[in-house]
Amino acid sequence: MRTVPIADLLTAHPFFGGMSTPAIQVLASCASEVEFAAGSRIFKEGDPADACFLLTAGNVALEIVVPGRGPHVVETLHSGEILGWSWLFPPYRWTFDAQALTATSAIRFDAEALRAAKAADKELGYELMTRFAQVLVDRLQATRLQLLDIYGTAR
Amino acid sequence: MALLAEPRTALLDPMEPVPFRVRGIRDELEDTFTLELEPPNGRFEFAPGQYTMLYSFGIGEVPISVSGDASRPSRLVQTIRGVGAVTRALRNVRPGDVVGVRGPFGTPWPVDGATGRDIVFVAGGIGLAPLRPAIYRVLERRDHYGQVVVLYGARSPRELLFAEELQDWGGRFDVTVLVTVDNADRAWYGSVGVVTKLVPRAPYEPQNASAFVCGPEIMMRFAGQELESRGVAPEQIFVSMERNMKCGVGFCGHCQFATKLVCRDGPVFPFSEVARLLTVREV
Repeated sequence: MRTVPIADLLTAHPFFGGMSTPAIQVLASCASEVEFAAGSRIFKEGDPADACFLLTAGNVALEIVVPGRGPHVVETLHSGEILGWSWLFPPYRWTFDAQALTATSAIRFDAEALRAAKAADKELGYELMTRFAQVLVDRLQATRLQLLDIYGTAR
Repeated sequence: MALLAEPRTALLDPMEPVPFRVRGIRDELEDTFTLELEPPNGRFEFAPGQYTMLYSFGIGEVPISVSGDASRPSRLVQTIRGVGAVTRALRNVRPGDVVGVRGPFGTPWPVDGATGRDIVFVAGGIGLAPLRPAIYRVLERRDHYGQVVVLYGARSPRELLFAEELQDWGGRFDVTVLVTVDNADRAWYGSVGVVTKLVPRAPYEPQNASAFVCGPEIMMRFAGQELESRGVAPEQIFVSMERNMKCGVGFCGHCQFATKLVCRDGPVFPFSEVARLLTVREV
């Protein structure tokens, strides 16, 4: 079992870099450690987005089911990455399935508690939005490259 | 065949194709294959990163990077994607047939100059083929380098080039291999996403790393930017450019890339020299 307090893990992680100690303490109070066995589902498309995760070990596939073709892996996420942003925007529903490809550990943030915390503290809300916006921009950029199907061109 | 009776050195006249005998053909992917060619004088010496002009007699010539091992000069190995008249004609050759070869031409991957540094190879699609000789070279002199990392991206799991070798390299204790694909179903347990996403995951010290990048131009642009953002010096990032190379020796100008001729000044360039040009639409 991990002995490092969650607040220390958050402080050391680049995603939370520069956040104040009180802000980190608030986030840590919304967090718990969770584990997922290989092959288990973490969340399902359409279900309430009641959490987001900081992956601390393992690999997770984001999937979408294509009728007639079965599950299609859109992206994989790995240790150190953030999983889940649907908790930020109404209607707070997951837009993909997430499945653990390997045994996976994560810090789970309760979405309701996070939303309440950012509503109560606008500065914390801004800090969180700025960081999640960067995650979204990075994913959007990566998706654009994927859409280009660059390897299909002659070289 | 009369031509084969007089073995020549490839560099005697750079414009004259030298006949090489086809000794092997290996299908790599649905549209990609590798030719193993026998030099007429028994040796073909090249530096990793160089290319040849490969001639299908009566059809035409194409520039193809050497994909084989420079320490085994008895065979010229070239991996080709069949996308046009010449490359499709080359796919139809049989063992014993003869093709023309000019070269080798161009600048090499400067792996020998990166001694003592961490080495990061970033390849996309068939871009792994021009990098393979450099990977062989580094692995041959493994104790001359720090961390060695191979990052590879392909369209889908069934389009992974040199999959067996990737597995072999990944099975070594002294090499890190990370592979990702753009599209996959559940049968694939590896990474899905663009190859640039592997750059932050790889174990290397950016300030002491040299990176060698080959793939579609847009992939090289974003991979170079990602490496730079991680702290790799732009003059320590090298990319292999491709343009419409025709003569191979800087005469014709078909491969002009701003002030450079890719056939002669490249194909391998420091990213610091070409990064800005990669964003210019007209170049």
